[in-house]
Order: sequence, then structure tokens, then C-alpha cells
Amino acid sequence: MLFRYLFILLILFPIKAFALIEVDITRGNLNPLPVAVSPLSIDKNSRSNFKKILKKENLGSEISAVVENNLKQSGLFNPLNKDAFLQKPDIANVKPRFEDWNLIKAQALITGKVTFENGKLRVEFRLWDVLAGKEMMALAFTTVPNNWRRVGHIITDKVYERLTGEKGYFDTRIIYVAEEGPKTNRIKKLAIMDQDGFNNKFLTLGNELVLTPRFSPTNQMVTYLSYFRNLPRVYLLDIETGMQEVVGDFPGMTFAPRFSPDGKKIIMSFAKDGKSDIYTMDLENRIVERITNHPSIDTSPSYSPDGKYITFNSDRSGYQQIYTMKSNGKNVKRISFGNGLYGTPVWSPRGDLIAFTKLHKGKFYIGVMRADGTGERLLTENFYQEAPSWSPNGRVLIFYRETKTNSKGEGFSAKLWSIDLTGYNEKMVETKTDASDPSWSSLLGN
Amino acid sequence: MNRNIIVSFGLHTMLVIITAMSLPFLSKKPINLPPIVSVELIQITDKTNIPFAPKAKKIIEKVKEKEKKLVSEQAPPKLVKKEKPDAVPLPDEKIEKVKEIKKKKQNPEKIETEVKQVSEFEKKKLFDTNSIAALIDKSKIESAETITKLDKTTQDQDKSIDFGGLSLSEEDALKAQIFGCWSIPLGLPYNENLLVRIKLQLKPDGSIIRSEILDHARMNKPGQGFYKVLAESALRAIKLCQPLRVPSTGYERWKELQLNFDAREMLEG
Repeated sequence: MLFRYLFILLILFPIKAFALIEVDITRGNLNPLPVAVSPLSIDKNSRSNFKKILKKENLGSEISAVVENNLKQSGLFNPLNKDAFLQKPDIANVKPRFEDWNLIKAQALITGKVTFENGKLRVEFRLWDVLAGKEMMALAFTTVPNNWRRVGHIITDKVYERLTGEKGYFDTRIIYVAEEGPKTNRIKKLAIMDQDGFNNKFLTLGNELVLTPRFSPTNQMVTYLSYFRNLPRVYLLDIETGMQEVVGDFPGMTFAPRFSPDGKKIIMSFAKDGKSDIYTMDLENRIVERITNHPSIDTSPSYSPDGKYITFNSDRSGYQQIYTMKSNGKNVKRISFGNGLYGTPVWSPRGDLIAFTKLHKGKFYIGVMRADGTGERLLTENFYQEAPSWSPNGRVLIFYRETKTNSKGEGFSAKLWSIDLTGYNEKMVETKTDASDPSWSSLLGN
Repeated sequence: MNRNIIVSFGLHTMLVIITAMSLPFLSKKPINLPPIVSVELIQITDKTNIPFAPKAKKIIEKVKEKEKKLVSEQAPPKLVKKEKPDAVPLPDEKIEKVKEIKKKKQNPEKIETEVKQVSEFEKKKLFDTNSIAALIDKSKIESAETITKLDKTTQDQDKSIDFGGLSLSEEDALKAQIFGCWSIPLGLPYNENLLVRIKLQLKPDGSIIRSEILDHARMNKPGQGFYKVLAESALRAIKLCQPLRVPSTGYERWKELQLNFDAREMLEG
């Protein structure tokens, strides 16, 4: 009876209850994150020592400029103008006044100091979350003074990783083909530089035509195609010693080489009698293995990061398309089905995407698709561009682009460009000469 | 015999020379590249205890003094107010109001704007600047009385309002505001379950009393770096956006709000 009354009471006088309101935030802005890069502070003694060794007036400012430039180039960060900073660089030893950095709309702040210790360069830096008023990261490291640019790149990698969640790609190098002279008589040399275009060095003299250089996973070796004595063959170059050798004893042209992810094999194309197939050569025992055997042109092979699969392009369907297969050559599948011709497939270091060049209606595109061929996205379009190569974190692609010549055959140029996966952040990579066929190294610190 | 040896020697020498010639750049000098020097990374946070800048120290001291003054100045009137209602019977509403004032004024720390976020360095902090800001901003605490008044009025008005949630236009206004503040970390993978749920406790003006990540334990789990980055970006967005664009009425409905940050749609393109 009592329960019956209670039940009636509950119906008549319901308890006022509020369910927790949920709001789904599924969109945000893609604006670069405002970051303040405070110049690394440096004491007088260290300043004069570094000036003697490196001829740099203020090494702290130079390193922070490297960091700032890297962050800006990534397109994900917006380094704020130093003139707006209210605190001086000496904040390396104290906690920043977050209100001051909040005023200039900085969301992250980098501080640090540079010291000269026993002939070495010691750098401490800290990353601060300005809005939360918290330290996000603090690291210190020591190296030789000549390595100061790398210090800037390593700081950027750490900051990038902490703020984006993925590994950086700044402490890396790019190998490419440096080109000089008129289009009909180009001199092509192998060249290597830091990813920001500094520390450029030539690896060959330009006596032979060189093409498609590719780094080994350890960055110590490079494989490339050279027309030495007009015979196009794949070569192997040790960057540290300068020693070179021919890869395999093939009775014909070998081309489009690339290392396997473990660095133990080189995969390449071998052309004979109007067709070409894909082969691998084991670098330890020099055993050559045939991977494809088809009366068509199979070329541009690239391993998946786990080494279990290979992507390549072939005209076996009548037109040049992209295919995947197991690393033993079995289970060949066509993955590109769009209009146009597809070439130069490269598997992303993350394993999820394959980058490619597409030719459609007289225009060249750089694009990406999933490993099963779905989700094709064209990132950039131009008169002539090709040969994408992934940054080690699989976020940015570097490729080369050629310009049209005028009626007199003048105005030709070839330059390196980079674009990120969003397709918005497209930038030219500065090189001293014309450049083509870039290949991105893995992180040097790894 | 000797002739054969000489011919053999000559042919062998030729063979060696031809082999050497066929190898390109054999006599080339090694390339002068700077050696890759390994860099040792050291965590210095544990070792270094960073002091506050002299200016910040002064500010903190001033704030502390102010806080003392405020407590000593404000405390007596509260007691007086509390005693009066006991002596003279007042309507129920007024008694409730006075009790609430007392609670809020004696424990000001409870109202401070605070982001619940565990960091490995958090424990070693000398002082949280957020709490400084909260202490300086005494107006937040002083407004407790007015808030209670507002609560009463809005509750009365709520009787005629739907308690289900925000209306579409109210929700859109809030979403649009946060969209503008949230810089999505573009490096995150789009194929992982990265949903950050944040519970907010709000003031009637939309400013945040407290924010709490509901899957808080995930922040410091190994292998959850992406989640941590996304959660931090969501917290930054809330801080940047506040006061949030909340409806002018119906405080009881939205004084607690849950925001679900999901970047998959954006990351997938």
C-alpha cells in the first residue's frame, strides 16, 4: 500500500533531473599554431668562444632561427615576430611570465640557453604550454660546435613530436640530382644537403649522367643509376668513403633502384628485349632473384615498410598503372583504376598510403592513395612534375617540377618542391642549382 | 717457359688494369662530409628547479597579501549575516542564499579556474600560475552572491523551458565558437579511436570553473602519445575560447557540459 502511494507521488511530483548535455566538436581550424621561439640565451664567455670557433656573433639566436624556420616551413606552426616579445631571452633560467606570452597570443613557447663547456656546445631547451602555464618538455644535450645547425633541427624534431604527436623530419638530409647547363646538354651530379637546403655538397663530378638516387635505411649508402660509359647500370655509393660499385652483373640496362626496408637488398628493374622485370639483389651474398616475369614493362618498385609487399607500375593492362604484390612476386593486384597514367609509386613510411605521379590530359599530378587503391587524392597539379619521395614521418612529400621553355628553348628550370598531406602547404626547396630526383633520408639520429 | 710466364704476367696485369678502369671513380678522394655525431638527450626537468622571475615573485607575494586582506576584511560581515537570520525568521530563500555565500567565501580555492591535467612535471611545480590568476580575479568569488541570485531567477524561468538540452541554434553557436579556437594537431592518425571527452563546469557567463578529461587515465599511458596531444589541444581550445557562448537563460541546464572532441573527420580529409 505504501509503495502504491509512493508511486503515485512520484508520478504527480517528478524529480527535476538534468541529463548532462553533450556537444560533439568534430571540426577545428587548420591554422598554424602560434609559437614563440625565444632566442636561446648565451653568456658572454660562451659567446666569445663560439665567435672564435664558428665566426657567429650570437649562436643562441642562430640556433633559434633554425628552429623558427623549420617550424614555419612545416606549415603547422606560426612562429611569432620576436619584436612583440615582452620577456628577454634570459628567461632560460626562470619560469616565464605566461601572461606576457598570452598577450601576444602565443600558445607554445620555446626557451633555452647555450653554453660552451670543455670545447663542446651544450644546449638546454624547454617547451611551455602558455595557456595551461605548464612545462611540456625539457631537454639538454651536448655536441661538437660545428654541429650547431643539427642542434636546431633536433630541437625542432622534439618540439614537433611533443605538439603534434608524430615524429619530426627536420634532422634529415636530401639527396638529389643537381643540374646545370642548357637543357640539351645538362650536367648532372649527385648532391646531398640538409632538408632545409643548407650544407650542400656534390658527391659526383658530373662526368656521367646520374639519375634516381635513393638512401639506404641507415643513410650511409646510396643507390643510383649512372650512365658510366653510356651503359645505364645501378651503382652503390658509400657516402663516408666515396667508394662505388656496380650492383649485379646484368647483361643489359638496370634502373629504378631502391633499398629494402632492412637495407639488405636492392630492388630494381632490368630491361632486356623490349620488356623489363623486377629483380632483387642481396647485398651480403650478391644473389640475384627475379620477382616478376611478365611480357610487359614492370618498373619503379618500392617496398612496404614491413618489407612484406612491393608496389610497382606496369603496363600489363595496356596502360601504365600501379600494382602491389607480395615480396616474393605472388598475388599481383592492380590498385589504380582512375583515368590517366600512373607511375613512380612509393610506399609511405607509415605504411598506410602510396604516393604516385599521375598523367592525365597533359597535366602531371602528385597524389596519394591507400595501399588497397581506395581514397585517391591528388595533392598538386602542374605542367611537369614527378618522383615523389616521403619524409621519414610520412607527412610530407618532396618531388621535382620542371618549367616550360619558351619558343627559343629558353627559360627551362627544374626545382625541388615539397607538399604535405593536406595539399595546402606547398613550398619550393631552395637549391643552389637546378635539381631533380630528390630522395629523403631517415632521421639522422636513428 | 720464361716467355710463357712473361705473357701470362702481362695478360694478368692487363686484366687487373681493365677491371680497375671499369670501376668508376676508383681513384676519387673520399667525400668530405661532416660525420654524423650522435647527440645525447638528457631529461633535465627532474634535476632543475626553476625559480620564478623576480617580477613574478613580487606579484605572487602581493597576491598573497591581498588574499589575506580580503579574507580578514570579508569574513566578519559573513558571520554577522549568518547570525541575523537565526535571530529573525526569514523566508527560506534568503537562508539558502546566506549559506551558499558562506561556503563559497570560506573556501575560495574550490572556485579557482583549474584544468585537471596530470603531467609528469606537475608535482614538482612550486606554484601554479592558474591559481595566481584565480586569486587575482577575486571578482569571480565576490560574484558568488549574484550568481546565487541568478540561479534562483533562472531556475524559476526554467519551469517553462525544455530540460532536454541545448536548442540547435544554441549548440551551433557554441560549436562555431570552439571550431575557431581548436587548432587540430594535423599529425594525428585518422584511423585510431581518438575521442577526447571533457566535462566542464561553467559559470553563468560561460567562463570555466573546472574542466576535466573524462578518460584521464589514458593521458599518461604508454603508447597513448596521440591521445595526450589531442587532449592538450582540446584543453587549449577551451581556455582560448572562454567565456563560452552559452545561452543567456537556463543555467541549470548547461552549468555542466560535456564536449566530445573528435578530429577524425578533419584528419581524414
